[in-house]
Amino acid sequence: MRAAQQGDALCYEQLLHGITPFIRNLTRRYCRNPQLAEDVVQDVLLTVHRIRHTWDPHRPFSPWLAAITARRGIDRIRRDSRIARHEVSDEGMLETFAAPAANNESGALQAAEAIEPLLAALPERQRLALEAVKIRGLSLAQAASESGQSVGALKVNVHRAVKALRALVGTVDKAEKD
Amino acid sequence: MSERTTDELIGTLSQGLAPVRPLRPPVLRALLWLGTVTLVIGAGVSRWADFAIISARTADPRLALECAATLLTGITAVLAAFYLSLPDRTSLWRYAPIPPLLLWIATSGLGCLQYGGGLGPAGHRLGESSHCFIFIVLVSAPLALLLYAVLRRARPLEPLPVALSAALGVAALAAFVLQFFHPFDTTVVDLASHLAAVIVVVALAGLSRRLLS
Repeated sequence: MRAAQQGDALCYEQLLHGITPFIRNLTRRYCRNPQLAEDVVQDVLLTVHRIRHTWDPHRPFSPWLAAITARRGIDRIRRDSRIARHEVSDEGMLETFAAPAANNESGALQAAEAIEPLLAALPERQRLALEAVKIRGLSLAQAASESGQSVGALKVNVHRAVKALRALVGTVDKAEKD
Repeated sequence: MSERTTDELIGTLSQGLAPVRPLRPPVLRALLWLGTVTLVIGAGVSRWADFAIISARTADPRLALECAATLLTGITAVLAAFYLSLPDRTSLWRYAPIPPLLLWIATSGLGCLQYGGGLGPAGHRLGESSHCFIFIVLVSAPLALLLYAVLRRARPLEPLPVALSAALGVAALAAFVLQFFHPFDTTVVDLASHLAAVIVVVALAGLSRRLLS
């Protein structure tokens, strides 16, 4: 680490590879899901990189690294519990029609084809919000960071998009009946 | 995310690695900051304070103890902020300013009982107390900005305790400086205004903790 602080890239790369198993082991205490745990490992590596100047060369390295890992692990637990508290996974949201018969595979395919031009008719921000949250199933936080919209704006846009889609579907149905 | 992605991340981080200068020990950085502030504030105090009144007032052991406790609260809270800004230092530092803070409140409260109680209704009027409030807030603000600028270099992983400790430190130092321009004993309203000013500064620091990360 001392060499890394002086700008030795090769030593730094070896160090990061060397500490990754240690971080991974510690991370398992905070996160049982291996994929999410790997996210924390990467978060720790990024933090180590960002604050590498805070390690004092006269002090041991492991407690410094363990403290960063613990902090990031706790952050992850807090973030997950916050998402679990405020966001609900709605498995039924992709149902296109209320009648169960309409939700078979061919019906779903037809509905997906039918809805495409309606989605294209929505304003771009509403379409992006709806696709991210309701179709791709991203959490509000993920969708917000991906689309560059705030969580509040995202919720409003999803709501407006659903409302506009309902109106559009109603117009199409009426035209077909006529 | 896969193992390969972590390896890729390591490769990206290692590329074009810039050298960094390790931070100096926290105690040294705290002393450097306190020394700079002492020079600046000392110049103002020596220019405008009435030392005859100060020396007469500090002859009272209670007031001398109150001043010492205020100063000690400021110093320990600033020192704690520097330690708490680093990831591998004990979080027990957040409790370090509490004993001198309690002594400061206790000695001020005793002063209120001795002086404010004897004043009758006059001891409960706002009077000069609003000036005390404004003084503490106005002196704390630039000190807090200066301290934030220095603490920010550590990019604390948990900014809230650092921000709160730093704010308590600057508010206590401002309250200590106030003693040089406070030629009367503390009344109940004075004590309340001092505490309110400290709470306002600490609350504002808590809200602005993101400036540290």
